Amino acid sequence: MSTRVDVRKTYKLYIGGAFPRSESGRSYEVLAAPTGRRSTPRFLANAAQGSRKDARDAVVAARKAQPGWASATAYNRGQVLYRVAEVMEGRRAQLVSDVRDSEGLTAARAEAVVSAAIDRWVWYAGWSDKYAQVLGGLNPVAGPYFDISAPEPTGVVAVLAPQASSLLGLVSVLAPVIVSGNTCVVLASQARPLPAVDLAECLATSDVPGGVVNVVTGRTAEVAPWLASHRDVNAIDLTGAADADGVDWGGLELAAAENLKRVLRPGGTGATAVEPDFGPTPDLSRLSAFLETKTVWHPKGR
Amino acid sequence: MSTATDVDATARARDLLGVSRLTNQALTGWLHGLPGVDQVGCEARAAGLSTRSIKTSSKAWAIDLAISMIDLTTLEGADTPGKVRGLATRALVPDPSDRTTPSPAAVCVYGDMVPVARDTLGDADVKVAAVATAFPSGRASRAVKLADVRDAVENGADEIDMVIDRGAFLAGDYLAVFREVAETKEACGRARLKVIMETGELSTYDNVRRASWLSMLGGGDFIKTSTGKISPAATLPVTLTMLEAVRDWRDLTGEQVGVKPAGGIRTSKDAIRYLVTVHEVAGEDWLDNHWFRFGASSLLNDLVLQRQKMTTGAYSGADYVADDAPSGY
Repeated sequence: MSTRVDVRKTYKLYIGGAFPRSESGRSYEVLAAPTGRRSTPRFLANAAQGSRKDARDAVVAARKAQPGWASATAYNRGQVLYRVAEVMEGRRAQLVSDVRDSEGLTAARAEAVVSAAIDRWVWYAGWSDKYAQVLGGLNPVAGPYFDISAPEPTGVVAVLAPQASSLLGLVSVLAPVIVSGNTCVVLASQARPLPAVDLAECLATSDVPGGVVNVVTGRTAEVAPWLASHRDVNAIDLTGAADADGVDWGGLELAAAENLKRVLRPGGTGATAVEPDFGPTPDLSRLSAFLETKTVWHPKGR
Repeated sequence: MSTATDVDATARARDLLGVSRLTNQALTGWLHGLPGVDQVGCEARAAGLSTRSIKTSSKAWAIDLAISMIDLTTLEGADTPGKVRGLATRALVPDPSDRTTPSPAAVCVYGDMVPVARDTLGDADVKVAAVATAFPSGRASRAVKLADVRDAVENGADEIDMVIDRGAFLAGDYLAVFREVAETKEACGRARLKVIMETGELSTYDNVRRASWLSMLGGGDFIKTSTGKISPAATLPVTLTMLEAVRDWRDLTGEQVGVKPAGGIRTSKDAIRYLVTVHEVAGEDWLDNHWFRFGASSLLNDLVLQRQKMTTGAYSGADYVADDAPSGY
């Protein structure tokens, strides 16, 4: 019997629809979650260690993709996002394996998490041509006018992906951002980046235009401040600041205030930020957090 | 150092060529006697110079220098007085959030827009440059081209950007190109003359070198790569070839001639690469907006963004610079 040599993987970033290496040339080792029996954690793969300049390039790609993605019809966006769920289903085995290794779950639990993540993606995809009716509407006004409030995407959103829930949590923060026409730069979980890399591969082989989702792997505390202070980022989701090494999420909020970014705080209060439970079916709060409201007055006549 | 202003171009050309009568044959022999450009070597040198890393205080200095070297340009059929006023105002105040930002060297417009630009700029130290001689094709009779030049100068242009007759050049009628440049120079009076060679249409680096020497022989104060209407426009190897020409011209005649790459230079990184090349090929004497210019419009925004990043420490975005309508530059 011959023994086959391991194919050791070094993953790259996902920026503008391409998979570049970090401009810094750095990478870091991704280790499996400890499962109790082993004393030394198992090596999984190398991931690119993104730098501030990678984040800068990702923002440029996201900005470039934003007008096109926002002007796609809601129906089209829904179709495109549903297609992502199809591709995820096709790569199920890889997703299960990486979620299991990254989060230290049993096989059955990992299967359940991946199913929940794909279902979550479909759930948000379905909202693409429905949220406007729920979150917008016709306002009663004292005059012969239709007064219509229509939700519009905020623009470029920086997303700090949850540190613990590497796939279900990632999908739960990413899908609501892009379904409405925003584009985003995702900073993947620092210790568990592989499911995010898998998702990037799913996105690259689906119909999502390059630049709509950009995935940067690396040290959250190193890259997050550059996204928080970036003037061309319109909103930031700080969910992944909870339980991240050395991240001061209050400081990130302060930096974000410089250009009045919309900020979605992690769960919990004060310094005791906690990652939310992504298990239950969500409401529209994550979707509405990254919307602007355009109100139009239109003469009604008699 | 003398400039070409008060020199009789034909007499000087006879001197330089060592002939008693300036004929096309004599010019051809002289231009074709110039050493050929090693294409591979030239491109490798340009690529090598592009890899220099310019950081921190050197970068800040380079950004300010590059801003001060821009000929802020709008050359569209759809140019309105409002757009030209807007452009001139941007030249006066490139970044309203930081008044220490230097002004570009000049505003470059079509001849009929010169009065609008002049009025807006007032007494400020920003020049008005006008394109003339049937820009961009250069396909008109000599009389029409010269009238175009005189008109722009009368309207108050400080600098004239002429195009050479590429058709005549490529057909080997160097004497016609020489006369055209010399007569245009005469028509310019006190205005400085930039000679556009449209290198994208000249095919080879050898032709770029010959056109550079011919333009300087005719009395151009600047040699300029392109109109910006043709692709490829300015490239680093072409600019390198031109910088060698102006350096060698000064060694030969003692006169300094400027260089202006135009078109396709959009990012700060590009601009800094050009500055490195200027320094390494021509020398420090050319690192001044009297002797080196960038023909550009969107470049200013990128330089201002970089400047803001260096000042505030945070990456800036398109919301914080002027939104100028895209042009061919």
